[in-house]
Amino acid sequence: MPIKILMPALSPTMTEGKLARWLKGEGDQIKSGDIIAEIETDKATMEMEAVDEGTLGRILVPGGSEGVAVNTPIALLLEDGEGRDALSASAPAPAPAPVAQQPVAAPKPVVAASPAAIEKTYDKTRRMTVREALRDAMAEEMRRDGDVFLMGEEVGQYQGAYKVSQGLLDEFGPKRVIDTPITEMGFAGLGAGAAYAGLKPIVEFMTFNFAMQAVDHIINSSAKTLYMGGGQLPSSIVFRGPNGAASRVGAQHSQCYASWYAHIPGLKVVAPYSAADAKGLMKAAIRDPNPVIVLENELMYGQSFEVPDDPEFILPIGKAKIERAGSRVTVTAFSRMVGMALEAAEILAKDGIDVEVINLRSLRPLDVETLVASVKKTNRMVTLEEGWAAAGIGAEIAALMQEHAFDWLDAPVTRVCGKDVPMPYAACLEKLALPQVDDIVAAVKAVCYA
Amino acid sequence: MAITKRKTRAAGSAVDPGEMLSFYKDMLLIRRFEEKAGQLYGMGLINGFCHLYIGQEAVVVGMQATISNQRDSVITSYRDHGHMLACGMDAKGVMAELTGRIGGYSKGKGGSMHMFSREKRFYGGHGIVGAQVPLGTGLAFAHKYREDGGVCLCYLGDGAVNQGQVYESFNMASLWQLPVIYVIENNRYAMGTSIERSSAGTELFRRGSAYKIPGQAVDGMDVLAVKAAGEQAVAHARAGQGPTILEMKTYRYRGHSMSDPAKYRTKEEVAKMREQHDPIDQLRRRLLDGGLITEDGLKDIDRDVKAVVTEAADFSQTSPEPDASELMTDILIDA
Repeated sequence: MPIKILMPALSPTMTEGKLARWLKGEGDQIKSGDIIAEIETDKATMEMEAVDEGTLGRILVPGGSEGVAVNTPIALLLEDGEGRDALSASAPAPAPAPVAQQPVAAPKPVVAASPAAIEKTYDKTRRMTVREALRDAMAEEMRRDGDVFLMGEEVGQYQGAYKVSQGLLDEFGPKRVIDTPITEMGFAGLGAGAAYAGLKPIVEFMTFNFAMQAVDHIINSSAKTLYMGGGQLPSSIVFRGPNGAASRVGAQHSQCYASWYAHIPGLKVVAPYSAADAKGLMKAAIRDPNPVIVLENELMYGQSFEVPDDPEFILPIGKAKIERAGSRVTVTAFSRMVGMALEAAEILAKDGIDVEVINLRSLRPLDVETLVASVKKTNRMVTLEEGWAAAGIGAEIAALMQEHAFDWLDAPVTRVCGKDVPMPYAACLEKLALPQVDDIVAAVKAVCYA
Repeated sequence: MAITKRKTRAAGSAVDPGEMLSFYKDMLLIRRFEEKAGQLYGMGLINGFCHLYIGQEAVVVGMQATISNQRDSVITSYRDHGHMLACGMDAKGVMAELTGRIGGYSKGKGGSMHMFSREKRFYGGHGIVGAQVPLGTGLAFAHKYREDGGVCLCYLGDGAVNQGQVYESFNMASLWQLPVIYVIENNRYAMGTSIERSSAGTELFRRGSAYKIPGQAVDGMDVLAVKAAGEQAVAHARAGQGPTILEMKTYRYRGHSMSDPAKYRTKEEVAKMREQHDPIDQLRRRLLDGGLITEDGLKDIDRDVKAVVTEAADFSQTSPEPDASELMTDILIDA
């Protein structure tokens, strides 16, 4: 039976086009790859190549025809040994492939499976800095799993730009504690590739400001690959480093990237506050089979907290912690801002306002259930973050609360955020640009109409 | 190995006739597969981006012959169908991914540019020009870390060579002596911009010289020359001597993607390459002239290849579309 040559779609958006002219005539021999016609698409004039071999038996749509729908038979091709009499026996065009039209259910908001578990209490604790907790977490996981390695600028011989990796080179050697050149896009991509091969890299950015150079590998190469490959290629990789403003380092070194990464499906994002958070979340991040962003804070590195003295102390990613239980207003915070929220809560307690402080710990997934449960109790919420308000973590939480707890809110969810400016250098301006305890106190009083 | 402009010529006697026949078959499979993909695109069964490899077949077929898909790894950018077939991935699974069906390598969720096979050690299929270069360098890093003796073939085009991350990768690969072969497929056009219009230095095999990476220009239309150059580079990497750059001088007959009318080059230029340098025709002549196969034998190969492609095309149309439930899967792995 003759082969039907169909009107081709020659651009992603083409549904019909003009068959400008035939370059072969009836009776001509055609080899695959021969240009047989010119087609005008919505974008350009394209050449149409033959796919099959044979003799052009009959032209069904003459040159110059406009508005020829894609898939219309435009000619018949006789295969080797077929005579022209085969043309009359040609069957009608086959129906297009069946396309299953299934309704797509609207995605449900992601809600954590269970509310913030009552945290296990540990009898034995040890006081240590956030810096030491991060280091210990990495060291313990590197002892446990030979596939885990640390790479970044100055992580080895220099012992870490902020001394987070102190001692790791001595213990694990240069094969597993790798000093990189200053080449963020390069080493983030190299780490992502090593993760494809099944290694478990910890990629340190000296600060997350520099990760902007590497963001393509975090998002396009790491976060999306599992999905794009239909589940074939997991990426167990940690991207970590200090995030947000340090002190007097200017606009390019003082930015919170929490909402940037929390926006991306395929990533997990955590932001520890205390040393216990740092240890438990870092260990969880390293063991997690997915790409995890760990947003640390330089100003917290030197602060000391009690940390459970147990090598299996791990915190679940996706669960918030109620740092201070309260009844009147919920304040959400993450990273360094948790400390400021706790300070504000102390002040407000003296005024008789009982504040519940939730340490988010995980920004993706967010522990929506714990937040909703808290709002159902307090009926008021203030969100706190160092980053800008626009499309920020607070904006997301406010939206989630109106979706899940609208009827329980007695006041609009209020955001306390960094001011909408690049970070200034001058001390007085920098202070004005960042949320201060007084701002939190004022916001809490405002939602209490106090 | 030093930087050399010499185009490697394969010594005909060193090549096993059986291997030449398998090269012919592998190149023909890619050619016919891509022609069929173009046809299915024309029928509206494949949509979006679809970058065909027609004309460049000798590069992947020759290079793949120098490695093992049990031990080594391969990564490339978006013009990737040929690489997948050369790695031994199933034509049905590749074609069904192009049509967006559940039987595709990525269950229809990746498309032309995003397929992977851990089994065949093919790591994509990447849509961001140049991104595969640090990724491939990372695969090589893993080979060295694990001391598994493997090497990575990291393909990039003449467009990607102007991306900064390529040089970040060259630096690390040389600094740490990683077992990676950077195969630059220089088909002379980065989308519509010719190499002369995009590159201050057009001898791409020299691009690693600042990093002490040896480079070589190779006739990428000659599968035997490709294999000969590849063997040297792979041996160099396996011996722990680090990366090599192979600049494959090649040519794509089709446009950059399906909607490219290719007005940036003349018809005569394309015709000349097809008539005088076609990798499949060259090998076909060599096989016939050497008495290694008869016309009838070639016809048998043609028929076998056509059957594989027809089967793939049929499968790609009968495999169902992914169920709606697939929308929200494969985002994260349960920890």
